[in-house]
Amino acid sequence: MEISRTTFKQYERLHLSGEIDLHNSSVLRETLLGLLNAGDHVLVDFTQLAYIDSSGIAALVESFNVAKKQSLEFKILGATGSPLQVLELTRLVSVFHMVENEHNL
Amino acid sequence: MNAHYGERQVLKNVNFSVAEGEIMVVMGGSGSGKSTLLKHLLGLQDPTSGSIKLMGQNIAKLSRKQMMALRRTMGVAFQGGALLSSMSVADNVKLPLRENTQLDENTIDIMARLKLELMNLAGFEDLMPAELSGGMLKRAGLARAVIMDPKILFFDEPSAGLDPVTSVELDELILQLRAALNMTMVIVTHELESAFKIADRITVLFDGEIAAIGSVEEIKNSQDARIQNLINRKPREKVVDADAYLQRLTAGGV
Repeated sequence: MEISRTTFKQYERLHLSGEIDLHNSSVLRETLLGLLNAGDHVLVDFTQLAYIDSSGIAALVESFNVAKKQSLEFKILGATGSPLQVLELTRLVSVFHMVENEHNL
Repeated sequence: MNAHYGERQVLKNVNFSVAEGEIMVVMGGSGSGKSTLLKHLLGLQDPTSGSIKLMGQNIAKLSRKQMMALRRTMGVAFQGGALLSSMSVADNVKLPLRENTQLDENTIDIMARLKLELMNLAGFEDLMPAELSGGMLKRAGLARAVIMDPKILFFDEPSAGLDPVTSVELDELILQLRAALNMTMVIVTHELESAFKIADRITVLFDGEIAAIGSVEEIKNSQDARIQNLINRKPREKVVDADAYLQRLTAGGV
């Protein structure tokens, strides 16, 4: 997994690529919680993400909940393929704010 | 591979492979060797000859540490759930994560709840196994088996003892897990309807030997009378070996 960070509109945009699993999901969690604790709106870019397991999903759920409590925006951008199927399987597509492409932001 | 219980050969020249992301159903009547095969695939029993490779590794040649590492990539759902009776449902489901990872407890809690939600067990997490029905135990066992998103899932009789609706739901869930997580699955069952719905390929065992390996259609169209009897639920014809029968009655043995 690689995480890079840019700014897009009002969001801190996290570009995720590769695979998120038990071995590296804690890095994602710490990064997300760090941004939210700093008061940033977060855009998690799934465009280059090949795979995310339950531990990665759990990091997103926890972070989304923190964002909600702090009235911060937390959106997931460009989920397709296996990561989208995982979100559908866990019915989180109806919980997270999913955005197909950046034109919809 | 070949396997024996004492003098008796229980698996004979069994040879098959399962592709990544494939659902292979192992089917056969009682005593056909299905459960014995599963125990060997899990490395719980050693074959008397031949070898078993999981993810390219000959399991007989792995050190204990290597086998432990391999097992972390495998999930096993046992027939009755095999939950630890002294732990709540949630603690049972979380156990592999607590034993094998350094994940934060918040992450572990959410992962367990995600899996319990998937299994329609939300709200039952604080119950003890003794308070669950058979179907719930099975689903809790499956939740624990997939808590670490294994690469390979072994599932012993997923539909046995379930009502028809729960059974269909479980079949759907198996297919969704494969689609979302590309899980390779080896599923032992004698439930034909379930096997035909979820299998990419089916291995049919009779008396410890592989009678056929093929797609659902190939198995359904098999000319093997034993397979047709299994599909059409006809009783096996008992061929009587007079001498052997007399021997068993008078002196015991097999």
